[in-house]
Amino acid sequence: MVDTYPLEITDLSFAYYERPVLESVNLRLMPGEVVGLIGPNGAGKSTLIKLAAGLLRPSGGSVKLFGRPPTGWKQRDLARVLALVPQGAYLPPTFTVWESALLGRTPYLGFLGIASERDRRVTRQALEWVGILHLADRFVGEISGGERQRVVLARALAQEPRCLLLDEPTTHLDIHHQVSILSLVRQLAAKEGVAVLTVLHDMNLAATFADRLVLLVDGRVIAQGTPAKVLSYERLAAIYGESVAVFPRPDNGDRPAILPRPATEKLS
Amino acid sequence: MNARTDLQAYKAHSMSRRLVALAIALLLLLALIALGATWGSVHIPPSAVVRLCSARLMGGGVPADWPRSWETILFQIRIPRVVLGALVGMTLAVAGAVYQALFRNPLADPYLIGVSSGASFGATVAIYFIWRFAWGGLNAISLAAFAGALLATAAIYSLARVGGRTPVTTLILAGVALGALLSAGTTFLMFTARDAFHTIHVLGWLMGSLALANWGEVQAILPYLIVGFSIIGWHAHTLNVLQLDEDQAQALGIAVERVKGILIIAASLATAAAVSVSGVIGFVGLIVPHIVRLIWGPDYRFLLPMSAVVGGVALILADGLARTLLSPRELPLGVVTALVGAPFFLYLLRQQKREVF
Repeated sequence: MVDTYPLEITDLSFAYYERPVLESVNLRLMPGEVVGLIGPNGAGKSTLIKLAAGLLRPSGGSVKLFGRPPTGWKQRDLARVLALVPQGAYLPPTFTVWESALLGRTPYLGFLGIASERDRRVTRQALEWVGILHLADRFVGEISGGERQRVVLARALAQEPRCLLLDEPTTHLDIHHQVSILSLVRQLAAKEGVAVLTVLHDMNLAATFADRLVLLVDGRVIAQGTPAKVLSYERLAAIYGESVAVFPRPDNGDRPAILPRPATEKLS
Repeated sequence: MNARTDLQAYKAHSMSRRLVALAIALLLLLALIALGATWGSVHIPPSAVVRLCSARLMGGGVPADWPRSWETILFQIRIPRVVLGALVGMTLAVAGAVYQALFRNPLADPYLIGVSSGASFGATVAIYFIWRFAWGGLNAISLAAFAGALLATAAIYSLARVGGRTPVTTLILAGVALGALLSAGTTFLMFTARDAFHTIHVLGWLMGSLALANWGEVQAILPYLIVGFSIIGWHAHTLNVLQLDEDQAQALGIAVERVKGILIIAASLATAAAVSVSGVIGFVGLIVPHIVRLIWGPDYRFLLPMSAVVGGVALILADGLARTLLSPRELPLGVVTALVGAPFFLYLLRQQKREVF
């Protein structure tokens, strides 16, 4: 048992003006755990990530990061323990890859933002981990979308966070990089005890890499638990209709594999 | 190939090279301040300027082989004018750079949120009602302009504040709307002025001029510039981070709303002070940061000091042209900055193949 969770969300609700987006969400993140947040489009996954990062204020309930609400943190101190990879993050094209990743050291920098040897070492390590150290001198404007996404991830890792919030970190990546990034995240969780909450659109990636899944539908958590428990055929069919088929993975029976299934004849 | 070499040349700008460039630009600025003192209807050669200045600085020791009137012209009229021009140019360029990062908008300039329209309206009111008071080295027109600029900015900032946040788009829109209102007020007063002289006076002020510069004005605005520049300089790295969107900046440890407020206050205070003594001088605050960004990249720790120096140089040159093009008549400074600045900026824009902002 831990007495302060990296992230503890209790009875959280949120509404954009009058429109409710999230209702009574409960979620706890433990150190070293990778939790996948899944659900159909518009379920409120990104909103939940923003609330967890303290970028939005809850309409009801509470968010606690290491025992304190986001408003109880100095922004700079919070950024040393919590890092965010937002969806489709904008990076100025005239920054180099190196400069962009080094921004992750912002909460550690002193006067005039002069980087120390350690800041450089950590940033270099982060770029190497995500496999783009060789692009360090390139401009963000001249690299691919997938490479840019990895710059944002490297920046988050350079923050040396204890808790990592990822919103669709693998969307623009090919399968090789999807696997290598999520494997890296798993290793950081296992070896460094980093707590990870990641939105994953791809249910197979979620089933393969998450310790635990949280299924969000229409702003409510309708299931939470191991991938096999959450991704049952009955549940998926209830959400997505009969467009999916679920099998146990041939190489690991504990984790499900989800395949698309052609729709039954519509034209007759 | 061309774009490629262009890129590599850009990357070659290491920190030490940048510092050398900054040092050269600074020397250029100092040289221009001396040179600018030679321009005008009475010709004073550069050598005499140097000798007059060293005589002033060292006390005696330099034989006074010049007319007495030169001293008055140099120390009471020309040098304060050139110094004031340099300060105004520095302020506009730095404030423009701050707003461009803060609003993530390449069209942002120091006048974006009400400084120019507020100052113009204030100055117009002072001219219209023939206010005569003076305080701390500033005349009524300058004081009214300063107050107008700050009031307008404060009004726009509080109007744009929604639920503890001040979204930049709301700020820009509130700025445009209140700016239009104040411009209408300015035009109305100009139109209904009893004396055509007032209308011309307002018009001249609106287009910017340093013709009446004196040491009192330099002293009056200097404290605001020092405070503004110090605060802005302190946040140089923060401005780098703010070039991302606000959510990312906050996730990287920047208290975005607080910093935004502080930087708007600092930039507006400095700009309001500058505008109050120079009138509205367009284009410098818009293009100087872009020129520096095009050549040396977007790192605000370098971009801010370099913009300041280039802004000072640009304004001294523009004022020199304003004084000499139609000599003995003076052109409005704002006309010269736009006339020269716009084509130069377009040329630079066409030269670059890279994304600029």
